[in-house]
Amino acid sequence: MTPPANLMTSWALALAALIGTTSAMAQDASTALHQRANAAMCANCHGSDGRTVKDSAVPAIAGLPRDYMIAQMKAFKEGSRPATVMHQIAKGFSDAQIASMADYFAAQKR
Amino acid sequence: MQRRTLLQTGLALGSLSALAGCASLTSKAPAKAQVVVIGGGYGGATAAKYVRMLSDYKISVVLIEPNTTFISCPMSNLVLGGSKNLAQITTTYAALSSQHGVMVVHDRVASIDTQKKTVSLPNGTVIGYDKLVVSPGVDMNFDSVEGLQAANASGQILQAWKAGAETTALRKQLEAMPDGGVYALTVPEAPYKCPPGPYERASQVAHYFKQAKPKSKVLILDANPDVTSKAPLFKKYWADNYKDIIEFRPNHKVLAVDAKNSIIQFDIQESVRADVLNVLPAMRAGSIALQTGLANVNNRWCGINYQTFESLVAKDVHVLGDAILAAPAMPKSGHMANSHAKVAAAAVVAQLSDLSVNPTPFVTNTCYSYVSDKQVIHVASVHQYNAEEKTFKTVPGSGGLSAEANALEGTYAWNWAQNIWADTLL
Repeated sequence: MTPPANLMTSWALALAALIGTTSAMAQDASTALHQRANAAMCANCHGSDGRTVKDSAVPAIAGLPRDYMIAQMKAFKEGSRPATVMHQIAKGFSDAQIASMADYFAAQKR
Repeated sequence: MQRRTLLQTGLALGSLSALAGCASLTSKAPAKAQVVVIGGGYGGATAAKYVRMLSDYKISVVLIEPNTTFISCPMSNLVLGGSKNLAQITTTYAALSSQHGVMVVHDRVASIDTQKKTVSLPNGTVIGYDKLVVSPGVDMNFDSVEGLQAANASGQILQAWKAGAETTALRKQLEAMPDGGVYALTVPEAPYKCPPGPYERASQVAHYFKQAKPKSKVLILDANPDVTSKAPLFKKYWADNYKDIIEFRPNHKVLAVDAKNSIIQFDIQESVRADVLNVLPAMRAGSIALQTGLANVNNRWCGINYQTFESLVAKDVHVLGDAILAAPAMPKSGHMANSHAKVAAAAVVAQLSDLSVNPTPFVTNTCYSYVSDKQVIHVASVHQYNAEEKTFKTVPGSGGLSAEANALEGTYAWNWAQNIWADTLL
Protein backbone atom coordinates (compact mmCIF):
# COMPACT_ATOMS: atom_id res chain seq x y z
CA MET A 1 0.00 0.00 0.00
CA THR A 2 2.65 2.44 0.99
CA PRO A 3 4.74 3.29 -2.05
CA PRO A 4 8.41 2.40 -1.58
CA ALA A 5 9.47 5.98 -2.30
CA ASN A 6 7.64 7.25 0.77
CA LEU A 7 9.07 4.48 2.89
CA MET A 8 12.52 5.49 1.71
CA THR A 9 11.82 9.10 2.61
CA SER A 10 10.73 8.31 6.15
CA TRP A 11 13.75 6.07 6.61
CA ALA A 12 16.03 8.76 5.28
CA LEU A 13 14.50 11.34 7.60
CA ALA A 14 14.80 9.06 10.64
CA LEU A 15 18.38 8.27 9.72
CA ALA A 16 19.22 11.93 9.22
CA ALA A 17 17.75 12.73 12.63
CA LEU A 18 19.84 9.99 14.22
CA ILE A 19 23.14 10.90 12.63
CA GLY A 20 22.47 14.65 12.57
CA THR A 21 25.70 15.56 14.30
CA THR A 22 26.49 18.98 15.68
CA SER A 23 29.06 19.58 12.95
CA ALA A 24 26.55 18.88 10.20
CA MET A 25 24.08 21.24 11.83
CA ALA A 26 26.76 23.86 12.23
CA GLN A 27 27.58 23.49 8.57
CA ASP A 28 23.95 24.06 7.63
CA ALA A 29 23.77 27.06 9.96
CA SER A 30 26.98 28.46 8.43
CA THR A 31 25.66 28.07 4.90
CA ALA A 32 22.39 29.75 5.87
CA LEU A 33 24.26 32.63 7.47
CA HIS A 34 26.46 33.16 4.41
CA GLN A 35 23.43 33.02 2.10
CA ARG A 36 21.57 35.60 4.18
CA ALA A 37 24.57 37.93 4.38
CA ASN A 38 25.18 37.69 0.63
CA ALA A 39 21.50 38.34 -0.12
CA ALA A 40 21.71 41.40 2.15
CA MET A 41 23.80 43.06 -0.59
CA CYS A 42 20.52 43.62 -2.45
CA ALA A 43 18.93 45.31 0.58
CA ASN A 44 20.72 48.67 0.14
CA CYS A 45 18.36 49.41 -2.76
CA HIS A 46 15.63 46.77 -2.45
CA GLY A 47 15.06 46.96 1.32
CA SER A 48 16.00 44.70 4.26
CA ASP A 49 15.11 41.11 3.29
CA GLY A 50 13.83 42.53 0.00
CA ARG A 51 11.01 44.63 1.46
CA THR A 52 11.18 48.26 0.32
CA VAL A 53 9.71 51.36 1.90
CA LYS A 54 6.14 52.24 0.86
CA ASP A 55 5.64 53.51 -2.74
CA SER A 56 9.24 52.76 -3.69
CA ALA A 57 10.11 53.10 -7.39
CA VAL A 58 12.84 50.52 -6.77
CA PRO A 59 10.85 47.25 -6.66
CA ALA A 60 10.59 44.98 -3.63
CA ILE A 61 12.05 41.52 -4.29
CA ALA A 62 10.82 39.62 -1.21
CA GLY A 63 8.66 36.66 -2.20
CA LEU A 64 9.56 36.76 -5.90
CA PRO A 65 9.36 33.25 -7.37
CA ARG A 66 12.82 31.70 -7.64
CA ASP A 67 12.68 30.95 -11.36
CA TYR A 68 11.32 34.41 -12.16
CA MET A 69 14.18 36.11 -10.35
CA ILE A 70 16.78 33.91 -12.03
CA ALA A 71 15.25 34.65 -15.43
CA GLN A 72 15.23 38.42 -14.74
CA MET A 73 18.85 38.43 -13.63
CA LYS A 74 19.79 36.53 -16.79
CA ALA A 75 17.83 39.07 -18.85
CA PHE A 76 19.67 41.95 -17.14
CA LYS A 77 23.01 40.24 -17.83
CA GLU A 78 22.21 39.63 -21.49
CA GLY A 79 20.70 43.07 -21.99
CA SER A 80 17.26 41.80 -23.03
CA ARG A 81 15.71 43.59 -20.04
CA PRO A 82 16.67 47.27 -20.12
CA ALA A 83 17.79 48.89 -16.87
CA THR A 84 19.54 51.93 -15.45
CA VAL A 85 21.82 50.06 -13.00
CA MET A 86 20.83 46.39 -12.72
CA HIS A 87 22.38 45.36 -16.05
CA GLN A 88 25.73 46.48 -14.60
CA ILE A 89 25.24 44.93 -11.15
CA ALA A 90 23.90 41.59 -12.47
CA LYS A 91 27.08 41.06 -14.48
CA GLY A 92 28.97 40.96 -11.18
CA PHE A 93 27.19 37.81 -9.97
CA SER A 94 27.82 34.16 -10.89
CA ASP A 95 24.95 31.79 -11.69
CA ALA A 96 25.47 30.11 -8.31
CA GLN A 97 25.29 33.47 -6.49
CA ILE A 98 22.12 34.40 -8.36
CA ALA A 99 20.51 31.03 -7.56
CA SER A 100 21.37 31.43 -3.88
CA MET A 101 19.88 34.95 -3.77
CA ALA A 102 16.77 33.77 -5.67
CA ASP A 103 16.29 30.94 -3.16
CA TYR A 104 16.63 33.38 -0.27
CA PHE A 105 14.17 36.00 -1.54
CA ALA A 106 11.64 33.40 -2.71
CA ALA A 107 11.42 32.30 0.93
CA GLN A 108 10.81 35.83 2.29
CA LYS A 109 7.37 37.18 3.11
CA ARG A 110 6.26 39.96 0.79
CA MET B 1 29.19 24.43 23.33
CA GLN B 2 26.99 26.28 20.88
CA ARG B 3 23.99 25.67 23.09
CA ARG B 4 25.68 27.19 26.11
CA THR B 5 26.57 30.28 24.08
CA LEU B 6 22.96 30.65 23.05
CA LEU B 7 21.78 30.35 26.64
CA GLN B 8 24.22 33.00 27.76
CA THR B 9 23.19 35.35 24.99
CA GLY B 10 19.55 34.75 25.83
CA LEU B 11 20.21 35.90 29.38
CA ALA B 12 22.20 38.89 28.25
CA LEU B 13 19.40 39.87 25.91
CA GLY B 14 16.81 39.71 28.67
CA SER B 15 18.65 42.18 30.84
CA LEU B 16 19.51 44.35 27.85
CA SER B 17 16.02 44.77 26.47
CA ALA B 18 14.93 46.10 29.85
CA LEU B 19 17.48 48.86 29.44
CA ALA B 20 16.88 49.52 25.76
CA GLY B 21 13.63 51.35 26.36
CA CYS B 22 15.27 54.20 28.20
CA ALA B 23 18.40 54.27 26.07
CA SER B 24 17.61 57.59 24.47
CA LEU B 25 16.70 59.25 27.76
CA THR B 26 19.74 58.32 29.78
CA SER B 27 23.32 57.51 28.97
CA LYS B 28 23.22 54.44 31.19
CA ALA B 29 25.09 51.61 29.56
CA PRO B 30 25.47 47.98 30.60
CA ALA B 31 28.79 46.82 32.00
CA LYS B 32 28.99 44.21 29.29
CA ALA B 33 27.65 43.60 25.80
CA GLN B 34 28.64 40.89 23.42
CA VAL B 35 29.10 43.36 20.58
CA VAL B 36 29.84 47.05 20.98
CA VAL B 37 29.61 49.23 17.87
CA ILE B 38 31.33 52.62 17.80
CA GLY B 39 29.79 55.05 15.32
CA GLY B 40 26.21 55.23 14.06
CA GLY B 41 26.71 56.23 10.43
CA TYR B 42 25.94 54.09 7.38
CA GLY B 43 28.54 51.52 8.54
CA GLY B 44 28.01 51.31 12.29
CA ALA B 45 24.22 51.51 12.36
CA THR B 46 23.97 48.81 9.69
CA ALA B 47 26.44 46.62 11.59
CA ALA B 48 24.42 46.99 14.80
CA LYS B 49 21.16 46.08 13.08
CA TYR B 50 22.60 43.17 11.10
CA VAL B 51 24.44 41.58 14.05
CA ARG B 52 21.02 41.47 15.69
CA MET B 53 19.23 40.20 12.58
CA LEU B 54 21.84 37.65 11.47
CA SER B 55 22.04 36.21 15.00
CA ASP B 56 18.24 35.89 15.11
CA TYR B 57 18.34 38.54 17.85
CA LYS B 58 20.47 36.37 20.17
CA ILE B 59 23.60 38.53 20.32
CA SER B 60 23.34 41.71 22.40
CA VAL B 61 24.52 44.95 20.77
CA VAL B 62 25.35 48.37 22.19
CA LEU B 63 25.77 51.19 19.66
CA ILE B 64 27.66 54.29 20.80
CA GLU B 65 27.06 57.43 18.73
CA PRO B 66 27.29 61.05 19.91
CA ASN B 67 24.68 62.49 17.51
CA THR B 68 21.05 62.00 18.50
CA THR B 69 19.87 61.90 14.87
CA PHE B 70 21.32 60.44 11.67
CA ILE B 71 21.80 63.16 9.07
CA SER B 72 22.71 61.62 5.73
CA CYS B 73 25.75 62.88 3.84
CA PRO B 74 24.39 61.42 0.58
CA MET B 75 21.62 63.84 -0.52
CA SER B 76 23.01 66.66 1.67
CA ASN B 77 24.24 68.50 -1.43
CA LEU B 78 20.56 68.89 -2.36
CA VAL B 79 20.16 71.06 0.74
CA LEU B 80 22.87 73.35 -0.67
CA GLY B 81 21.08 73.36 -4.03
CA GLY B 82 17.82 74.23 -2.27
CA SER B 83 15.61 71.34 -3.43
CA LYS B 84 15.64 69.52 -0.06
CA ASN B 85 15.90 70.58 3.56
CA LEU B 86 17.82 69.00 6.42
CA ALA B 87 14.71 67.41 7.96
CA GLN B 88 14.12 65.42 4.75
CA ILE B 89 17.52 63.72 5.06
CA THR B 90 17.34 63.09 8.81
CA THR B 91 16.35 59.81 10.53
CA THR B 92 16.23 58.97 14.24
CA TYR B 93 17.86 56.00 15.97
CA ALA B 94 14.59 55.07 17.69
CA ALA B 95 13.79 52.04 15.51
CA LEU B 96 17.20 50.46 16.12
CA SER B 97 16.14 50.21 19.78
CA SER B 98 12.42 49.55 19.42
CA GLN B 99 12.49 47.25 16.40
CA HIS B 100 15.86 45.57 16.77
CA GLY B 101 16.74 45.72 20.46
CA VAL B 102 19.99 47.61 19.90
CA MET B 103 20.90 49.63 22.95
CA VAL B 104 21.81 53.08 21.63
CA VAL B 105 24.05 55.20 23.86
CA HIS B 106 24.40 58.80 22.74
CA ASP B 107 27.90 59.60 23.87
CA ARG B 108 31.49 59.83 22.71
CA VAL B 109 34.05 57.12 23.32
CA ALA B 110 36.94 58.28 25.48
CA SER B 111 39.16 55.24 24.94
CA ILE B 112 39.35 51.61 23.88
CA ASP B 113 41.40 48.97 25.69
CA THR B 114 41.90 46.19 23.15
CA GLN B 115 43.74 44.02 25.72
CA LYS B 116 41.04 44.12 28.40
CA LYS B 117 38.39 44.34 25.63
CA THR B 118 36.62 47.36 27.08
CA VAL B 119 35.32 50.70 25.82
CA SER B 120 35.29 53.72 28.17
CA LEU B 121 32.93 56.67 27.96
CA PRO B 122 33.88 60.19 29.12
CA ASN B 123 31.76 59.80 32.30
CA GLY B 124 33.84 56.81 33.37
CA THR B 125 31.40 54.09 32.29
CA VAL B 126 33.25 50.99 31.12
CA ILE B 127 31.60 48.56 28.69
CA GLY B 128 33.15 45.15 28.05
CA TYR B 129 32.83 43.43 24.68
CA ASP B 130 33.44 40.08 23.05
CA LYS B 131 33.60 41.78 19.66
CA LEU B 132 34.07 45.46 18.86
CA VAL B 133 33.00 47.12 15.62
CA VAL B 134 34.68 50.46 14.93
CA SER B 135 33.04 52.61 12.26
CA PRO B 136 34.20 56.14 13.04
CA GLY B 137 34.08 57.57 9.51
CA VAL B 138 36.65 60.20 8.59
CA ASP B 139 38.03 63.13 10.48
CA MET B 140 38.77 66.39 8.71
CA ASN B 141 42.50 67.02 9.10
CA PHE B 142 42.22 70.78 9.54
CA ASP B 143 45.92 70.97 10.39
CA SER B 144 46.71 70.07 6.77
CA VAL B 145 45.73 73.63 5.76
CA GLU B 146 47.27 76.58 7.59
CA GLY B 147 44.65 78.83 9.18
CA LEU B 148 41.75 76.47 8.49
CA GLN B 149 41.19 75.23 12.05
CA ALA B 150 40.49 78.73 13.36
CA ALA B 151 38.53 79.79 10.26
CA ASN B 152 36.31 76.74 10.60
CA ALA B 153 35.81 77.18 14.33
CA SER B 154 34.68 80.77 13.78
CA GLY B 155 32.23 79.63 11.08
CA GLN B 156 33.90 81.66 8.32
CA ILE B 157 35.19 78.76 6.21
CA LEU B 158 33.02 75.66 6.29
CA GLN B 159 33.57 72.08 5.12
CA ALA B 160 29.94 70.80 5.37
CA TRP B 161 31.36 67.41 4.36
CA LYS B 162 29.78 65.97 7.46
CA ALA B 163 26.14 66.85 6.97
CA GLY B 164 24.44 68.83 9.71
CA ALA B 165 24.73 72.35 11.09
CA GLU B 166 27.49 73.24 8.61
CA THR B 167 25.26 72.22 5.69
CA THR B 168 22.63 74.73 6.76
CA ALA B 169 25.26 77.38 7.48
CA LEU B 170 26.87 76.97 4.06
CA ARG B 171 23.49 77.28 2.38
CA LYS B 172 22.99 80.57 4.27
CA GLN B 173 26.38 81.84 3.07
CA LEU B 174 25.36 81.04 -0.52
CA GLU B 175 22.01 82.78 -0.05
CA ALA B 176 23.72 85.86 1.40
CA MET B 177 26.26 86.07 -1.43
CA PRO B 178 25.44 88.87 -3.91
CA ASP B 179 24.81 88.04 -7.57
CA GLY B 180 28.13 88.17 -9.40
CA GLY B 181 29.96 86.62 -6.48
CA VAL B 182 32.29 83.61 -6.53
CA TYR B 183 31.90 80.35 -4.59
CA ALA B 184 35.18 78.41 -4.38
CA LEU B 185 35.26 74.72 -3.50
CA THR B 186 38.59 73.01 -2.90
CA VAL B 187 39.02 69.25 -3.33
CA PRO B 188 41.74 67.36 -1.44
CA GLU B 189 43.95 64.69 -2.96
CA ALA B 190 42.26 61.27 -3.26
CA PRO B 191 41.44 59.22 -1.27
CA TYR B 192 38.78 61.26 0.48
CA LYS B 193 35.21 60.48 1.50
CA CYS B 194 32.71 60.38 -1.41
CA PRO B 195 34.79 60.73 -4.61
CA PRO B 196 32.00 62.30 -6.77
CA GLY B 197 30.72 64.43 -3.88
CA PRO B 198 32.60 67.66 -4.65
CA TYR B 199 31.46 67.65 -8.28
CA GLU B 200 27.87 66.98 -7.27
CA ARG B 201 28.16 69.88 -4.83
CA ALA B 202 29.54 72.19 -7.51
CA SER B 203 26.62 71.15 -9.75
CA GLN B 204 24.08 71.84 -7.00
CA VAL B 205 25.48 75.28 -6.24
CA ALA B 206 25.59 76.06 -9.98
CA HIS B 207 21.95 74.94 -10.29
CA TYR B 208 21.02 77.34 -7.49
CA PHE B 209 23.05 80.21 -8.99
CA LYS B 210 21.49 79.65 -12.42
CA GLN B 211 18.01 80.19 -10.92
CA ALA B 212 18.72 82.82 -8.28
CA LYS B 213 21.92 84.71 -9.15
CA PRO B 214 23.02 83.90 -12.71
CA LYS B 215 26.03 86.24 -12.82
CA SER B 216 27.74 84.23 -10.06
CA LYS B 217 30.55 81.66 -10.48
CA VAL B 218 31.46 78.26 -9.07
CA LEU B 219 35.19 77.67 -8.97
CA ILE B 220 36.42 74.09 -8.37
CA LEU B 221 40.02 74.09 -7.18
CA ASP B 222 41.09 70.46 -7.29
CA ALA B 223 44.30 69.00 -5.87
CA ASN B 224 43.89 66.09 -8.29
CA PRO B 225 44.90 66.16 -11.98
CA ASP B 226 41.28 65.70 -13.11
CA VAL B 227 37.73 65.23 -11.83
CA THR B 228 38.18 62.05 -9.75
CA SER B 229 34.82 60.36 -10.44
CA LYS B 230 32.36 60.27 -13.37
CA ALA B 231 34.56 62.89 -15.09
CA PRO B 232 33.13 62.73 -18.65
CA LEU B 233 29.54 62.79 -17.34
CA PHE B 234 30.07 65.78 -15.05
CA LYS B 235 32.06 67.69 -17.67
CA LYS B 236 29.44 67.09 -20.35
CA TYR B 237 26.61 68.27 -18.10
CA TRP B 238 28.60 71.34 -17.03
CA ALA B 239 29.42 72.26 -20.63
CA ASP B 240 25.77 71.88 -21.66
CA ASN B 241 24.15 73.54 -18.63
CA TYR B 242 26.59 75.54 -16.50
CA LYS B 243 29.07 76.71 -19.14
CA ASP B 244 29.36 80.26 -17.82
CA ILE B 245 29.03 79.31 -14.16
CA ILE B 246 31.38 76.39 -13.35
CA GLU B 247 35.12 76.60 -13.88
CA PHE B 248 37.26 73.56 -13.11
CA ARG B 249 40.94 74.07 -12.25
CA PRO B 250 43.05 70.91 -11.66
CA ASN B 251 46.33 70.58 -9.72
CA HIS B 252 45.40 73.09 -7.03
CA LYS B 253 46.66 71.83 -3.71
CA VAL B 254 45.65 74.12 -0.85
CA LEU B 255 48.39 75.21 1.56
CA ALA B 256 46.72 77.94 3.58
CA VAL B 257 43.64 80.10 3.96
CA ASP B 258 43.39 83.78 4.85
CA ALA B 259 39.90 84.04 6.29
CA LYS B 260 40.10 87.79 6.89
CA ASN B 261 40.72 88.54 3.21
CA SER B 262 38.82 85.48 1.94
CA ILE B 263 41.85 84.12 0.08
CA ILE B 264 43.06 80.56 -0.59
CA GLN B 265 46.78 79.89 -1.15
CA PHE B 266 48.14 76.95 -3.15
CA ASP B 267 51.48 75.16 -3.32
CA ILE B 268 52.22 76.21 -6.92
CA GLN B 269 49.26 78.01 -8.46
CA GLU B 270 48.30 81.62 -7.85
CA SER B 271 46.15 82.51 -4.84
CA VAL B 272 42.40 82.83 -5.30
CA ARG B 273 39.98 85.25 -3.68
CA ALA B 274 36.32 84.26 -3.49
CA ASP B 275 33.17 85.38 -1.68
CA VAL B 276 32.27 82.00 -0.20
CA LEU B 277 35.11 79.58 0.58
CA ASN B 278 34.32 75.89 1.03
CA VAL B 279 37.61 74.20 1.86
CA LEU B 280 37.80 70.41 2.17
CA PRO B 281 41.00 69.44 3.97
CA ALA B 282 42.76 66.08 3.75
CA MET B 283 40.85 63.32 5.51
CA ARG B 284 41.86 60.36 7.67
CA ALA B 285 40.22 57.67 9.81
CA GLY B 286 38.19 59.04 12.73
CA SER B 287 40.22 60.08 15.76
CA ILE B 288 39.25 57.10 17.96
CA ALA B 289 40.89 54.81 15.36
CA LEU B 290 44.09 56.87 15.38
CA GLN B 291 44.10 57.11 19.17
CA THR B 292 43.73 53.33 19.52
CA GLY B 293 46.46 52.59 17.00
CA LEU B 294 44.04 50.97 14.55
CA ALA B 295 45.09 53.36 11.76
CA ASN B 296 48.23 51.37 11.01
CA VAL B 297 48.56 52.57 7.39
CA ASN B 298 50.50 55.86 7.41
CA ASN B 299 48.73 56.66 10.68
CA ARG B 300 45.81 57.52 8.42
CA TRP B 301 43.72 54.47 7.41
CA CYS B 302 42.95 51.17 9.16
CA GLY B 303 44.33 47.99 7.64
CA ILE B 304 41.91 45.06 7.79
CA ASN B 305 41.45 41.42 6.84
CA TYR B 306 38.98 41.98 3.98
CA GLN B 307 37.25 38.62 4.50
CA THR B 308 36.09 39.55 8.02
CA PHE B 309 36.93 43.28 8.33
CA GLU B 310 38.97 42.39 11.42
CA SER B 311 41.72 44.87 12.26
CA LEU B 312 45.24 43.76 11.37
CA VAL B 313 46.51 45.09 14.69
CA ALA B 314 43.84 44.25 17.28
CA LYS B 315 42.07 40.92 17.78
CA ASP B 316 38.26 40.91 17.95
CA VAL B 317 38.12 44.47 16.62
CA HIS B 318 36.40 44.92 13.23
CA VAL B 319 36.80 48.22 11.36
CA LEU B 320 34.60 49.27 8.45
CA GLY B 321 33.38 52.17 6.34
CA ASP B 322 35.37 55.22 5.31
CA ALA B 323 38.07 54.58 7.95
CA ILE B 324 39.57 51.47 6.32
CA LEU B 325 42.36 51.25 3.81
CA ALA B 326 40.03 50.52 0.92
CA ALA B 327 40.63 47.64 -1.48
CA PRO B 328 41.53 48.73 -5.06
CA ALA B 329 38.71 50.65 -6.81
CA MET B 330 36.57 50.58 -3.67
CA PRO B 331 35.17 54.07 -2.98
CA LYS B 332 34.61 55.61 0.45
CA SER B 333 30.83 55.87 0.27
CA GLY B 334 27.76 55.37 2.45
CA HIS B 335 26.54 52.55 0.23
CA MET B 336 29.90 50.83 0.52
CA ALA B 337 29.97 51.28 4.33
CA ASN B 338 26.51 49.65 4.51
CA SER B 339 27.87 46.75 2.42
CA HIS B 340 31.04 46.43 4.55
CA ALA B 341 28.84 46.30 7.65
CA LYS B 342 26.97 43.23 6.43
CA VAL B 343 30.17 41.29 5.70
CA ALA B 344 31.57 42.31 9.09
CA ALA B 345 28.32 41.54 10.93
CA ALA B 346 28.15 38.07 9.36
CA ALA B 347 31.78 37.41 10.36
CA VAL B 348 31.11 38.60 13.93
CA VAL B 349 28.02 36.40 14.22
CA ALA B 350 29.87 33.40 12.75
CA GLN B 351 32.82 33.77 15.11
CA LEU B 352 30.64 34.26 18.20
CA SER B 353 28.47 31.27 17.26
CA ASP B 354 31.21 28.76 16.35
CA LEU B 355 30.15 28.86 12.70
CA SER B 356 32.42 29.14 9.68
CA VAL B 357 33.21 32.54 8.16
CA ASN B 358 31.86 33.25 4.67
CA PRO B 359 34.66 32.08 2.32
CA THR B 360 33.52 34.26 -0.60
CA PRO B 361 31.89 37.53 0.51
CA PHE B 362 31.14 40.20 -2.05
CA VAL B 363 30.00 43.82 -1.82
CA THR B 364 28.14 46.15 -4.15
CA ASN B 365 28.15 49.91 -4.59
CA THR B 366 25.93 52.41 -6.36
CA CYS B 367 26.69 56.14 -6.12
CA TYR B 368 24.14 58.55 -7.51
CA SER B 369 25.03 62.20 -8.14
CA TYR B 370 22.47 64.93 -8.76
CA VAL B 371 23.69 67.34 -11.42
CA SER B 372 20.50 69.43 -11.08
CA ASP B 373 17.44 69.11 -8.83
CA LYS B 374 16.16 66.23 -11.01
CA GLN B 375 18.91 64.99 -13.32
CA VAL B 376 21.17 62.24 -12.01
CA ILE B 377 24.22 60.21 -13.04
CA HIS B 378 25.51 57.06 -11.34
CA VAL B 379 28.52 54.79 -11.00
CA ALA B 380 28.03 51.17 -9.89
CA SER B 381 30.42 48.34 -9.06
CA VAL B 382 30.55 44.78 -7.69
CA HIS B 383 33.56 43.67 -5.64
CA GLN B 384 34.26 39.97 -5.04
CA TYR B 385 36.59 38.75 -2.27
CA ASN B 386 39.59 36.96 -3.76
CA ALA B 387 40.93 34.40 -1.28
CA GLU B 388 44.30 34.00 -3.03
CA GLU B 389 45.06 37.70 -3.08
CA LYS B 390 43.23 38.35 0.21
CA THR B 391 41.47 41.43 -1.15
CA PHE B 392 38.30 42.52 -2.94
CA LYS B 393 38.54 42.85 -6.71
CA THR B 394 35.97 44.33 -9.06
CA VAL B 395 34.31 41.60 -11.13
CA PRO B 396 35.48 41.95 -14.77
CA GLY B 397 32.71 43.15 -17.05
CA SER B 398 30.50 44.33 -14.19
CA GLY B 399 29.63 47.83 -13.05
CA GLY B 400 29.58 51.03 -15.04
CA LEU B 401 28.18 54.51 -15.43
CA SER B 402 25.02 56.19 -16.68
CA ALA B 403 25.02 56.82 -20.42
CA GLU B 404 24.05 60.43 -19.66
CA ALA B 405 22.28 62.48 -17.00
CA ASN B 406 18.60 61.57 -16.82
CA ALA B 407 15.49 62.18 -14.74
CA LEU B 408 14.53 58.50 -14.34
CA GLU B 409 17.63 57.98 -12.24
CA GLY B 410 16.63 61.09 -10.31
CA THR B 411 13.58 59.16 -9.12
CA TYR B 412 15.64 56.06 -8.41
CA ALA B 413 18.27 58.03 -6.52
CA TRP B 414 15.76 59.47 -4.06
CA ASN B 415 14.20 56.01 -3.64
CA TRP B 416 17.66 54.53 -3.12
CA ALA B 417 18.07 56.99 -0.24
CA GLN B 418 14.75 56.01 1.35
CA ASN B 419 15.56 52.32 1.10
CA ILE B 420 19.15 52.49 2.34
CA TRP B 421 18.10 54.70 5.28
CA ALA B 422 15.50 52.06 6.14
CA ASP B 423 18.01 49.22 5.65
CA THR B 424 20.49 51.02 7.90
CA LEU B 425 18.22 52.35 10.64
CA LEU B 426 14.67 51.00 10.55
